[in-house]
Amino acid sequence: MQEVTGLYVIAEMLRDILGHYLPAQYVDISMSLINIGVIFGIISMTAVVLVYGERKVSAFMQSRSGPNRVGPYGLLQTIADMFKLMSKEDIMPAGADKWMWILAPMILFIPAAAAYAVFPFDNQAVFADLNIGIFYFIAVSSQAVLPFLMAGWASNNKYALIGGMRTVAQMLSYEVPMVLSILGVVMMVGSMRMSDIVAAQQNVWFIVLQPIAFVVYVITATAEINRAPFDLVEGESEIVAGPFTEYTGMRFALFFLAEYANLFAVSAIATTLFLGGWHGPWLPGWVWFFLKVAGMVFLFMWFRWTFPRLRIDQLMALGWKVLLPLALVNVVITGVGMYIYQLLS
Amino acid sequence: MNEWAYTAAFFIFAAVTVASAVGVVTKNDLVHSSLLLALCFVGVSGLYVLLQADFLAAVQLLVYNGAIAIVFVLGTMLTRRSIRHGTNHSEADAPSRLIGLISGLFVAVTLGVIATTPWNYSSAGAVQDTPAVLGRLILTDYMIAMEVAAVLLLAAMIGAIVLAKGVDEE
Repeated sequence: MQEVTGLYVIAEMLRDILGHYLPAQYVDISMSLINIGVIFGIISMTAVVLVYGERKVSAFMQSRSGPNRVGPYGLLQTIADMFKLMSKEDIMPAGADKWMWILAPMILFIPAAAAYAVFPFDNQAVFADLNIGIFYFIAVSSQAVLPFLMAGWASNNKYALIGGMRTVAQMLSYEVPMVLSILGVVMMVGSMRMSDIVAAQQNVWFIVLQPIAFVVYVITATAEINRAPFDLVEGESEIVAGPFTEYTGMRFALFFLAEYANLFAVSAIATTLFLGGWHGPWLPGWVWFFLKVAGMVFLFMWFRWTFPRLRIDQLMALGWKVLLPLALVNVVITGVGMYIYQLLS
Repeated sequence: MNEWAYTAAFFIFAAVTVASAVGVVTKNDLVHSSLLLALCFVGVSGLYVLLQADFLAAVQLLVYNGAIAIVFVLGTMLTRRSIRHGTNHSEADAPSRLIGLISGLFVAVTLGVIATTPWNYSSAGAVQDTPAVLGRLILTDYMIAMEVAAVLLLAAMIGAIVLAKGVDEE
């Protein structure tokens, strides 16, 4: 029996305490509700922390000091921004398709939040350890295309519509190499369950065995979450703000909440697949998990503030002519390598 | 308790599926129809989850709902925006009545067959690790079917590329 540590112990303690007051079946239900609450807490906290982090990192990259007026080191800047967004007037464009326009930012948040169900935050701390774990993540996160398109189309604005069209072109074509790069890892583990993938990296992280897959994954993930240098969807110098052009106040904030939730999500997947998940010496597992995710988030921010934006044709050429063949070659190399390894051992 | 939740979930997913499917046919706007079709597929994948076919549910979401985005784009690009609220007419003339009649007959016949078939209930439990079993079946027993589908898709892809490249005028 494996020694249990960290978050699982906390969950067991909670379960014990609840068990004194409630019958067994209600304990299970309330534990799921608590887990869901914690996940939503994590999502909202990451948005707040990452917006502040992004502004500080961008300031660091550009030799500025960034937010430093609201609270110590400007830590309360995001809170102030939130109040500002909440108090803004809610403007709906005249020719908008009303219900689609209202629903788009809300629907966008659903796949972003649903993806969090399969993240292994710590040993045994995963909300739903599905046997198709990573495939579930791919399926759910691919649903983010439609809300962007809905927002772009319903706004009745040509820049928004162009942004929506670009979303489809970009997200659908970068999904293919992304899935193929993940396939390399799945082949080595022989399972799509997240806990199995983490367990297989107890000794060697997959970034060592799958360096090509890691590079392809990081590039395609940047494109999937529409961040610079692949932020053509909202390229402000070309199409104002793409699908967000006509949104104000909290509706606009919902798009950003989803964007930062997705940023955390792809970083968490990179951590789980390539950086050994919660495995690490001395510190508890969840601390390692969040440290590695923070490292990945910093990498994505570093990309954003140091690379210039690509042109749309360069983007498509990179996706189909470079990343896709590279990912396919990686799958072949992985297969051959596994066969040779089996022959030798 | 569990049984009750299962039944409730089934009826919710079934209602979502049927209601959005009706919406696909009756909506006047092509874009609304395609979005409702996406909702319909989500409902179907929910039903797959209830049948413990989770791999199939994920495939349903990934493949079918991914294709909806393409339907959406084609729907916007091939219809004129000025008449966008009449892009999916259901006219009350002879052809659509005939089609309605045929579909109604089809539904009636299917329901009749379902009601009169003596069903065999399997006592075997659901397969726990579906991806592994599916993978083994596809690469052994159903190898030829998969290869045929793969060749068909390849032919379709080559055809699409040829069509998209256009004719060389020389």
